[in-house]
Amino acid sequence: MKDLVKKLTSIYGPAGNEELVSQAIREEIEPYVDEVKVDVMGNLIAIKKGNGNGKRIMLAAHMDQIGLMVTHIDDKGFIRFTNLGGISVPNSINRRVMFKDGLAGVIGYETEVDSWKEITLSKMYIDIGASSKEETEELVKIGDVAIYHPHFSESNGKYISGAMDDRAGCALLVQTIKNISSTPNDLYFVFTVQEELGLRGARTSAYALEPDLGIAVDVTATGDTPKCRPMAVSLGKGPAIKIKDASVLAHPLVKELMISTAQKHGIPYQLEILEYGGTDSGAIHLSRGGVPSGVLSIPCRYVHSDSETIDASDMENGVKLLTKILEENINI
Amino acid sequence: MSDLLKRLTEARGVSGNEDQVRQLILEEVTPLVDEVRVDNMGSIIAFKKGVKSDKKVMLCAHMDEVGFIITRIDDNGMLKFAPVGSIDPRILPSKRVKIGDKAIPGVLGIKAIHLQEPSERETAAKAKQMYIDIGAKNREEAERLVKPGDYAVFDSECVYFGDSKVKSKALDDRVGCAVLIESLKGSYPFDLYACFTVQEEVGLRGAKVAAYSIQPDIALVVEGTTCSDVPGVEPHRYSTRMGEGPAISIADLTSYSNKKLVSLLIECAEKADIPFQIKESVSGGNDAGEIQRARGGTMTAVVSVPCRYIHSPSSVADLNDINNTLRLVQEFLKGCEAL
Repeated sequence: MKDLVKKLTSIYGPAGNEELVSQAIREEIEPYVDEVKVDVMGNLIAIKKGNGNGKRIMLAAHMDQIGLMVTHIDDKGFIRFTNLGGISVPNSINRRVMFKDGLAGVIGYETEVDSWKEITLSKMYIDIGASSKEETEELVKIGDVAIYHPHFSESNGKYISGAMDDRAGCALLVQTIKNISSTPNDLYFVFTVQEELGLRGARTSAYALEPDLGIAVDVTATGDTPKCRPMAVSLGKGPAIKIKDASVLAHPLVKELMISTAQKHGIPYQLEILEYGGTDSGAIHLSRGGVPSGVLSIPCRYVHSDSETIDASDMENGVKLLTKILEENINI
Repeated sequence: MSDLLKRLTEARGVSGNEDQVRQLILEEVTPLVDEVRVDNMGSIIAFKKGVKSDKKVMLCAHMDEVGFIITRIDDNGMLKFAPVGSIDPRILPSKRVKIGDKAIPGVLGIKAIHLQEPSERETAAKAKQMYIDIGAKNREEAERLVKPGDYAVFDSECVYFGDSKVKSKALDDRVGCAVLIESLKGSYPFDLYACFTVQEEVGLRGAKVAAYSIQPDIALVVEGTTCSDVPGVEPHRYSTRMGEGPAISIADLTSYSNKKLVSLLIECAEKADIPFQIKESVSGGNDAGEIQRARGGTMTAVVSVPCRYIHSPSSVADLNDINNTLRLVQEFLKGCEAL
């Protein structure tokens, strides 16, 4: 699992530019599923057929990560940018970034401000070490997107990297695909695009697939660091079963299914109430006439930074729980 | 084109009340197409049967413009209003408007400067501090001319001036409507649906249902977009530059353009020697947001005419940009069949 998480989090894939992630996931899962396809939005859809007596279940994890889009190149070769998704000022100052071809840069800011509070993204820039507009233009063009420079660490049973949101979810789905021996259900594993820009890939894929049931796998925040915003989720206490966030109220039967499966198999879990944010289930549950939906969350510290931190055991238990849920007959 | 643009921009069409623009466009497009219908939201869908394939290509421009809706009539005969769509309240005082189907003239008013507290002078006035004065003596007289729910639109003549510039209201998005009408004069191998949508300015509503019913394979949105290449703005915040050609969007707040379509647009522009620019911001959104996410998803892209002072009675565009946008759309349509 560690190798998979490390591999997936190190791949370049900002929102709208998920191609390399899609390719890597496809290579991982192709031998284990009946069919793989890519739709018009770029969603990667892997199908594992059941015995014809089960449900149509859509599983979703998003491939995209937040990024910085080039909007302007100035006369000295510095790059101005805008955010694709939740890039924040404090998480960006003096951080290193990487473009698709591996080109590195540093995010600087106009230092003639009186207070840090005055810094906005429009007062920040990316420095790729070029000394003229022409030099930069040879390497980067308007519309190109950079990501926080990927680097993976392991410390005390924790995995640390950028893009854990949501490559951790992708890894969890990939591992689940490999683990499942047999299932009565038709499983549609969707690795979605543009979640960070508004759950866009999930919306179109849910429409096309018409599932009976939807489960998204994504990271969630925690409340276990010094003087943080209170939240009853901690690293290492098991995958979190979502009750609600700003995009969805988990369907009671889906929530119940997840809880009872965890209890039956002695898998640790926690219940999650996220007071902000949303994930792909927000789009899936409103598709067509409505889809009963829930979310399996991976607790994660420092979300939307280059050091998103998760616990190895939460991943293992998440795979175990999802595998058990999908292998059984579901009555919803 | 300049005569058409003048008629289009001077027609009244605040979101939800696009009737006058719709009539004008219906007259223009009916002779050019095989079938034209107005859907339940009020959008025009003009259909031109392809001579070769059954591929569906959708062109989209919105008919509606920002404006106001009358909410209340005061005892003294003054009208209170709410903005429809996003309007900078700083530009409003002393602007002329026309209200309702009878186009009753009015003026946007605000408390005189000598009556304002020093603190009020420090901050920009808000729309709710303003009113529309139609010269009525009292409530009864005003009620004879206007009723709550009537729409008000900027009263502004379309004027050609300077170095091939045009000034008018509603360039966003009558420039797109004009480009679509001109494009319908060509003939194409695929099925072409030209959509003139309603209620874009209040949330891309017409496009949502139009795209659902058409189910296009490819969609191109033609827009008027923000252009801030003016004194006091740093170049990295211009977004687009006037006179440098149609702006191609990589992404904005509502959609991420399909990469194949963006490549095709750039290739077409380069081959036909049409000047173009890549839009240098992701601000704003447009109908592409809903079209891209209709049903199982659609390939979409956006080209825009740069418009200074957008959403005001005096937005300004360059006629060369408008003509080059039309040329680019025509070249793009030629290239669509091969996709």
